[in-house]
Amino acid sequence: MTDLFKLTIAEARDKLRNKEITAAELTESCIGAVKASDALNAYCVKTPELAREQANKADAMLAKGNSPDMCGIPLGIKDLFCTKNVNSQAASQILTDFKPEYESTVTARLWDQGAVMLGKLNMDEFAMGSSNETSIYGAAVNPWRRNGSDKKLTAGGSSGGSASAVAADLCLAATGTDTGGSIRQPAAFTGIVGVKPTYGRVSRWGIIAFASSLDQAGPMTKTVRDSAIFLNAISGHDNKDSTSAPFTVPNFETAITGDIKGKKIGIPKEYRLDGMPDEIEKLWRDGTDMLRDAGAEIVDVSLPHTKYALPAYYVLAPAEASSNLARYDGVRYGHRATLKSGEGIDDMYARTRAEGFGDEVKRRVMVGAYVLSAGFYDAYYRRAQRVRTLIKNDFDEVYSTGVDAILTPATPSAAFGLGEMKNKDPIKMYLNDVFTVTVNLAGLPGVSVPVGLSAEGLPLGLQLIGRPWEEGEMLNIASVLENCADFKTKADKWW
Amino acid sequence: MSIDKETARRVAHLARIAVPEEELENLAQELSGILGFMEQLLEVDVEGVEPLTSVSPMTLPRRADVVSDGDQIEKVLKNAPDSREGFFAVPKVME
Repeated sequence: MTDLFKLTIAEARDKLRNKEITAAELTESCIGAVKASDALNAYCVKTPELAREQANKADAMLAKGNSPDMCGIPLGIKDLFCTKNVNSQAASQILTDFKPEYESTVTARLWDQGAVMLGKLNMDEFAMGSSNETSIYGAAVNPWRRNGSDKKLTAGGSSGGSASAVAADLCLAATGTDTGGSIRQPAAFTGIVGVKPTYGRVSRWGIIAFASSLDQAGPMTKTVRDSAIFLNAISGHDNKDSTSAPFTVPNFETAITGDIKGKKIGIPKEYRLDGMPDEIEKLWRDGTDMLRDAGAEIVDVSLPHTKYALPAYYVLAPAEASSNLARYDGVRYGHRATLKSGEGIDDMYARTRAEGFGDEVKRRVMVGAYVLSAGFYDAYYRRAQRVRTLIKNDFDEVYSTGVDAILTPATPSAAFGLGEMKNKDPIKMYLNDVFTVTVNLAGLPGVSVPVGLSAEGLPLGLQLIGRPWEEGEMLNIASVLENCADFKTKADKWW
Repeated sequence: MSIDKETARRVAHLARIAVPEEELENLAQELSGILGFMEQLLEVDVEGVEPLTSVSPMTLPRRADVVSDGDQIEKVLKNAPDSREGFFAVPKVME
């Protein structure tokens, strides 16, 4: 069989176990696809030698039998994950040539289970952005293009490289991270599945921190089932992350039964925005009908503080970022500015950071420093934290009425063109997160599922928001959407 | 609330990011725009609402106060821009 790189995780797992293919063959097929993909700029580091070595190890594990689900599965890893002896730069100039001496918990678990790393994936610098355009490597490109156009489109962000790579079959699946929508928005823009787990489900250890109370890693895959398999492989308590939950992890794959009879699906009226494109409205209605036809009960719900989620997020996330990014000072790792004579350590800090950080990162670090500064802390930061409580209470209230999941659009539009937002006000870009950011603020699980195409032929996704710790049920409902929508279209290969 | 050039200078200093004099005006405007967006939060009645610091009601776990790791000087220093004799090296701090 050729084109092994097109397989899903579930298909590859079965073929590997049945000895129809070897991990070495599968990996070689993916390495070939990656090699020919430079026009997409999805990979910022390629690790074919490491991949071959890991594939041989996986074949040895497979030969013994009883191998884990992810054994022999070739993956791409977002550049935000620290990978031992392999460049891990968060797509930032300030971490040029940083090669960690340790492995993040998520990737360590994957390699222990026999998974294979094809390389590191492009992203917005420090995961700050919604178009992958803030990357030091340049933007990742969406494999999808508008009908009859060859204009390059964004793959979304911040996990744009991950989305592009999965959508273009440059790996079987990829890791992403999601602080305000960075898994779900790019997944929606590229027609793939992306899961943000419940806060605390997946260890954050070894993932370069952006906003620690919001960050969560998750899978980006070709199918809902693959997300379930992948999520199981990376979930669970970790002593090295005190916010990781000490709960037993259920089997997410067996939770996918396709039976959602009697499940209660909430439709929040506050997500119906003024000026929302008709095709997004229609997609949302179609998704609602699909779930109703499958036997779910549809109920209108209200999340009254939705409107304040974005401004609260853009206080809290920069505040946490300004603290987390204080570590990039030119002392312990990464870039250090060359000092002129007479300059001291303060100049070293300020110039190192001016040279090393890109514009969006600088902007957020400064906004964060401002909202945390004396005299403004209560007015902005404390107030945003209180609004966060109200946003979480909104969800608690809806779930206390027996609602199993909430259905919303994933993004306010289809993928936009690279460069189109360049001279716009930064707030315009922030609006990309309008449907996803509430989920991070409330610590809930969310999944983006491809459901249809826009008039211009681009993928559109819907988001399901689950109850805390109930990713299994959320993925089960997502699988019904996936089956009904039958989204099988792939981007025409042009790269 | 609008941010003036002096406030922009102070914020850049707090963040330890060097901003050239000629860019301060622009920065002030940009920050004003973003803070204006945040001002929507002032509409919300937060009287008596506790600030949310953790989404899950977990108490932070404790561990025994013993050495569990260490003795990795070489690894710790490996990515440092400048290190000498087992230490990070920086420009002179005290005059």
